[in-house]
Amino acid sequence: MRIALFVTCLADALYPQVGRATVTLLERLGHEVVFPAAQTCCGQMHVNTGYQREALPLVRHHVEVFEPYDVIVAPSGSCVGSVRHQHAMVARGGGDGALAERAERVGARTYELSELLVDVLGVEDVGAYYPHRVTYHPTCHSLRMLRVGDKPLRLLRHVRGMTLLELPEAEQCCGFGGTFAIKNADTSTAMLADKMRNVLDTGAEVTTAGDASCLMHIGGGLSRLRSGTRTVHLAEILAGTEVGATTELASETLAPRQLDAPAEHTVGEQRVEFASESSTQRLREAQPTERSEGER
Amino acid sequence: MSTNLGMPAVAPPGVGHLRGTQSFPDAARGALADSQLRRNLGHATRVIRTKRASVVAELPDWEQLRLAGEALKTATMARLDEHLERLEREVTARGGVVHWARDANDANAIVTRLVQETGETEVVKVKSMATQEIGLNEALEAAGIAAHETDLAELIVQLGHDQPSHILVPAIHRNRAEIREIFLREMPGVDPALTSEPRRLAMAARAFLRERFLRAKVAISGANFGVADTGTLLVVESEGNGRMCLTLPETLITVMGIEKVVPTWQDLEVFLQLLPRSSTGERMNPYTSAWTGVTPGDGPQTFHLVLLDNGRTATLADEVGRAALHCIRCSACLNVCPVYERTGGHAYGSVYPGPIGAVLSPQLTGVEDNASLPYASSLCGACFDACPVRIDIPSLLVRLRAQHVDAQRARSVPSAEALSMAAASWLMSSPGRFAAAEKASRLGRLLGRSAGRISTLPPPLSAWTGSRDAPRPPAETFREWWARERGTS
Ligand code: SF4
Repeated sequence: MRIALFVTCLADALYPQVGRATVTLLERLGHEVVFPAAQTCCGQMHVNTGYQREALPLVRHHVEVFEPYDVIVAPSGSCVGSVRHQHAMVARGGGDGALAERAERVGARTYELSELLVDVLGVEDVGAYYPHRVTYHPTCHSLRMLRVGDKPLRLLRHVRGMTLLELPEAEQCCGFGGTFAIKNADTSTAMLADKMRNVLDTGAEVTTAGDASCLMHIGGGLSRLRSGTRTVHLAEILAGTEVGATTELASETLAPRQLDAPAEHTVGEQRVEFASESSTQRLREAQPTERSEGER
Repeated sequence: MSTNLGMPAVAPPGVGHLRGTQSFPDAARGALADSQLRRNLGHATRVIRTKRASVVAELPDWEQLRLAGEALKTATMARLDEHLERLEREVTARGGVVHWARDANDANAIVTRLVQETGETEVVKVKSMATQEIGLNEALEAAGIAAHETDLAELIVQLGHDQPSHILVPAIHRNRAEIREIFLREMPGVDPALTSEPRRLAMAARAFLRERFLRAKVAISGANFGVADTGTLLVVESEGNGRMCLTLPETLITVMGIEKVVPTWQDLEVFLQLLPRSSTGERMNPYTSAWTGVTPGDGPQTFHLVLLDNGRTATLADEVGRAALHCIRCSACLNVCPVYERTGGHAYGSVYPGPIGAVLSPQLTGVEDNASLPYASSLCGACFDACPVRIDIPSLLVRLRAQHVDAQRARSVPSAEALSMAAASWLMSSPGRFAAAEKASRLGRLLGRSAGRISTLPPPLSAWTGSRDAPRPPAETFREWWARERGTS
């Protein structure tokens, strides 16, 4: 299948590894991925902060860029939620009924990653390998705007080498909410503190989710705590393979840019000791171990 | 109703409790720092949430009931004027007197006059949101009339010289020890050996209230529903104190928001299933009292119904925003709200706290008078899932934010936020400009001392880095990687 990638502005600018993992995963499953290079941003931050008038040109641009494609995927429940549930409203609010109808058609063909895999491509076992203790946070917009239900968990349960740990009070918001995290920083932080406590209670090494934005929030808090628990996007876990784990690591270790950006291959990976870890330590971490083999 | 020329009026300032003195973030700060309050709220909301979830799960047709509730409310609002006129006719035909109150001042004046006409100087009150909204107790007090709350939680709030912080459980912010202290301090004749055992506290309140019920000649209530085709008013409650007020006194005055009307008795079939399960997590509430006009020889012999607008017609004028009027005040959205759970009700500055308050209060007062409330949400959507009449609160919040921003556009000097939003829109509507901005933001890499994270940023982003590290932009954006690896598409 030919699939257009809407990488989202956040992943493009700050978490490119999420986009790369989405490409790796879909290509490994035998699909063609195209990246419409004119894409920018869905405008969700504008809409959710009240700037619908400013969002209108972004909606128009998004519709024009993605209209030619039959299947569109984004590694973000939140951005897909915006495309599917807000774009037409913004167009109508701006008095452009024709754009609203076009936006509705584009929205209907736009899928969040787990929806694309399970509903459209009909696959739950993507052949992934990820030898870590992982807990999954269902982000609010995946859960309540898109209703992805347990699709991400179904995908994760098939990942080999991984121990999936249940997150207590998983469905509680992490407190991100876009500009909410800034406008109501104290309340947001109180919500984040409870989310982090639940994450740390699981004993997981990795927290995953389908949204880089929520992971940026949770990961930013965990990093501040120097907790040693890191955040990794669902796409990156699903893209992992036994072979890939070694080659990816080798290329990252060797690439010169890694000298100043060692933490780049995971979303918000910010363990402070990570930067000083030797490549042997990192290698050991990425290699299958006796324990995780046994837990498979 | 008379034809309105121009925009209907919002609830007036200076009376009642729809406007706070602080913005939400400021008011929330104090609540967040109060660990006792956090514990009380966390415990109480978790208990109600769990109860609600289990009784809702018992009903196989819960989603259909919600759809029915939503459809009935939508249809009712579309012809609200007709239903209200029908209600007036039926109540009048059965011996009641109907009064129309444009706003809080009107309603307070009407009720005060009606009480004065009885010659009484005290009244008993059934728990009611509408009378809290208009500040009726204060208005009566100013006229020398003492209003005694009889709902246990309302009584705790009143004796504690406090404000309610929850729709259903106004004293949710208090624990047993605090309630015992309030009773010992404020309740005349209370046993000094009173313990904080719930049964003992309830007994103390009962002894105190019984005497007032038997003495009272006038009662004031709200209404959960007003049935247009029979002229019947209903109060749904748990304690039975409401029923005492509704049956013992000689005069009953009911203050009802105009949105509480339902067209037919049969509509209650839906709402009386939705309400108790959503609100207290019970299959059925212990007391549902219904009265129709005046029944000779049985119950109050004088009945007044005050129909309250106070910004409701203005809310109705917005065909999307009017969904906030569908609310049946169950409080389920408060109990599931992660923001409410942590800040409590007082932070919202209005008698309507939580998610519903954040969309109702700004519409009743006009959004500029409650401009911080629509932002008091992470838009997580838990409120919509819990709402028995499916009010899409997140969408209403987003709509109100837009109305606030549009109102601010009139300012001659745009805010820093407005400027940055306009700039971001300009950048992001062109791929060339967007890619250039991404390159420029890589300058941000210089800000971070330790690898991969930034722990201080200038305002307003300092609000982020106060508690969270920020990611450092990577060496290569996704689009650069794609262009390098794959060429452009
Ligand atoms: S908005 Fe819905 S959930 Fe909230 S109090 Fe009203 S009816 Fe209940």
